[in-house]
Amino acid sequence: MGDLLAFEGLSKSWFGVPAVSDLTLAMRENSLLGVIGQNGAGKSTLMNMIGGIVEPTSGRMRWKGADYEPKSAADASEAGIAFIHQELNLFTNLTVAENLYIDGFPRKFGMIDWATINERTRHILGRLALDVEPSVNVGHLSPGERQLVEIARALHNEAELVIFDEPTTSLTPRETERLFETIATLRGEGRSIVYISHILSDVKKLSDDVAVLRDGKLVDQGPASDFSIARMIRSMIGRDLGGQFPERSNTPTTSAILSARSLSQPGVLQDVSIAVNRGEILGLFGLMGAGRSELARVIFGLDPHETGEIEIDGKPLAGGPRERIAAGLAFVTEDRRAEGLMLEAPIAENLALVSIDRFGKKPFMLVDRERVAEETEAMKDNLSIKAGNIARQPAKALSGGNQQKVVIGKWQMQSPKLFILDEPTRGVDVGAKYEIYTLIDRIAATGGGILMISSELEELLGMADRIVVMNRGEVVGEVGRDEFDRETILSMAFREVIA
Amino acid sequence: MTRSMDKISDFVFRNATYLIFAGVLIYYGIQAPSFLTPESLVNIVKQASFTGIAAVGMTFVLLTAGIDLSVGSVMFLAPLMAGYVMRDLGMPVPVAVVAAVLTGVVLGSINAILIVRLRVIPFITTLATLFLFRGFGTWLTSSQQFDFPDEIRAFGLSGVFGIPTPIIVFTAVALVAHLVLAHTEFGRQVYAFGNSPEGARKAGLKVGWIQARVYIICSACAALSGFMLIAQIGRLDAAFGEGAEFDVIAAAVLGGASLFGGIGSAFGAVIGATLIQTVKLGLVFTGVNLYLQPIIQGVIIFIAVLVDGMREKQVLAKMKRTIRPL
Repeated sequence: MGDLLAFEGLSKSWFGVPAVSDLTLAMRENSLLGVIGQNGAGKSTLMNMIGGIVEPTSGRMRWKGADYEPKSAADASEAGIAFIHQELNLFTNLTVAENLYIDGFPRKFGMIDWATINERTRHILGRLALDVEPSVNVGHLSPGERQLVEIARALHNEAELVIFDEPTTSLTPRETERLFETIATLRGEGRSIVYISHILSDVKKLSDDVAVLRDGKLVDQGPASDFSIARMIRSMIGRDLGGQFPERSNTPTTSAILSARSLSQPGVLQDVSIAVNRGEILGLFGLMGAGRSELARVIFGLDPHETGEIEIDGKPLAGGPRERIAAGLAFVTEDRRAEGLMLEAPIAENLALVSIDRFGKKPFMLVDRERVAEETEAMKDNLSIKAGNIARQPAKALSGGNQQKVVIGKWQMQSPKLFILDEPTRGVDVGAKYEIYTLIDRIAATGGGILMISSELEELLGMADRIVVMNRGEVVGEVGRDEFDRETILSMAFREVIA
Repeated sequence: MTRSMDKISDFVFRNATYLIFAGVLIYYGIQAPSFLTPESLVNIVKQASFTGIAAVGMTFVLLTAGIDLSVGSVMFLAPLMAGYVMRDLGMPVPVAVVAAVLTGVVLGSINAILIVRLRVIPFITTLATLFLFRGFGTWLTSSQQFDFPDEIRAFGLSGVFGIPTPIIVFTAVALVAHLVLAHTEFGRQVYAFGNSPEGARKAGLKVGWIQARVYIICSACAALSGFMLIAQIGRLDAAFGEGAEFDVIAAAVLGGASLFGGIGSAFGAVIGATLIQTVKLGLVFTGVNLYLQPIIQGVIIFIAVLVDGMREKQVLAKMKRTIRPL
């Protein structure tokens, strides 16, 4: 049998940073290829290139032996490639049948031929053993049923290759079983499948071949039968680099600043308990969608939780972010540009944003500009933000690392007790990363508590005193600094037992 | 228990307009029984047809989560063009209708080009063209009243089997719009786009062309609406259609069109426009102080938009991202 889909030296970089580099891989006809890799390994970029969403920088793709250069999602669909994304791509205000036919309805006298599309849809749903009426609105279906509708759309488009991207994330075990049966049905019909998942046992069970990506490169591949889960994890684990992190300069105390007990919120968190001590950097690790940012939002009062309580310094936290900031919380969100900064506003204004209340001057409580200027200038020096005139220069003119320092600085102006840092070094270059790590260490050394969320295990290993691992909205493990071990932590995150 | 409460609140949200409508009719009926006579009801529908025709067009735009603020100016400029065609070229009424609608198509295309090609947001684009279109008309007329030839009123006040022409045109527009929205590929794609523009793009739909057409349809409807109204009075003064966009948008939203896109129907717009007119005329019938009328109208529009916001909140709550099975 020939190759169905092949990549030859395929590369894609974003502003000079490679996301996928020099990837050469071929997929046989009627086979199931499992693709695994850590967050940021290049899986999404690869899929987006296949799907016509992004264009490769160099190299080429071949589909059934011919050059394949999709320019849009429609090109991929026309070629016979369908995607089942983690975030489903259905129109919830339309019926099941309409979702299948939205890009081309059969017509009678210019009007949609409902009888035909309902009948054909019923036929396709029957093949998937999905017992819903074609005229039901997709908004009324469960996540599992919606996914089957998405698969039905792929079948309707006569897709020869169906690409599943983390398909089981929001499915119940039963629905997952059903999905696997459906995948077997698809294969029985001669279709090929790419299956991307963090659940390695599923990948091993389903795949004919496995490909492992790391830092945009293909680092391991072979028949699934040759892969143990231990080998998968070993291949995914990154490089070793020393000297990236400053020495931790203090030992954490054992008195808790933040303690959250049994936090639950249906569909998001399940019985999460977590505590951060004075002077401690607590690392929170997990894969994309493990519930780390969701936990942070709940703690900060942005999202609700149904049960459980959160205390800071022994006092229960209540209310929204405003009350929680007053109680001593600070939250550096993962989206610096949209949530952390006013990009167009001067650096000084950004720094004074959270603590502006403090700068009222009697009698009218107008903002005391001189004091703002003094204190923000002091903060700039303190954090060594590399900027000229902070009263003039807008935040957007700074580099990523310096922007992040401004975000941290705006909270520091308020001297918070607990910092939640969500991906604090994302989009920050290596040199600036070191400075941010130093800053984090300094906050901890002066008695602050830090909850540091990161997708880069390396930086948590380098900085954290303790790492808590989350998976699917639950805490699945905790490791102290002297027991840090990549494989243990990764296998928790992937919820696997190393054989 | 809470489930059945949910169902009741769901029912109320879904049918808020009908419930308000029924309440209003019953109230006026009790206050002034003559309000519910056939003549009075026909008059309400006739008066509603002008806003209604434009509201049907507006529904297309709202379904894509867009907005068109320029309809009032289109209602002014399009009949003016038709007026020139009649007065200066001596054309009969049917040609004038076509001229008005074609003007609407051209003006709608201008909106569409700005929104789709230049990617200016609809609110700003149509706010600009609101002034642009009216300004152009004012410049043409030097702000003077424009008198139409007499035949236009003959057309405007005519009827078929006793049914006034505006009602017939309104019904036809609503029926065609319903067929287009509910039973054609384009119509269903409008709903899809409103639900998720990104999803529509990924599904390979021609999103630009979908978006462009809704603005063209909206302006064409506004043009027809303006022409039908002018045909009642026979002259056009400089302030004609000013502020009409609010009535039109309110009618569409009262009829269940969501400002967030993806929800709404042509019949909804009919109901919404008729409801607004019922309230207005009912206030006259029941002798409510003339100056209180805008306040009451404002309250009703506010309720409609409030319900829309609450409905959207419910939808968002249902769509909230989950990372584990519920």
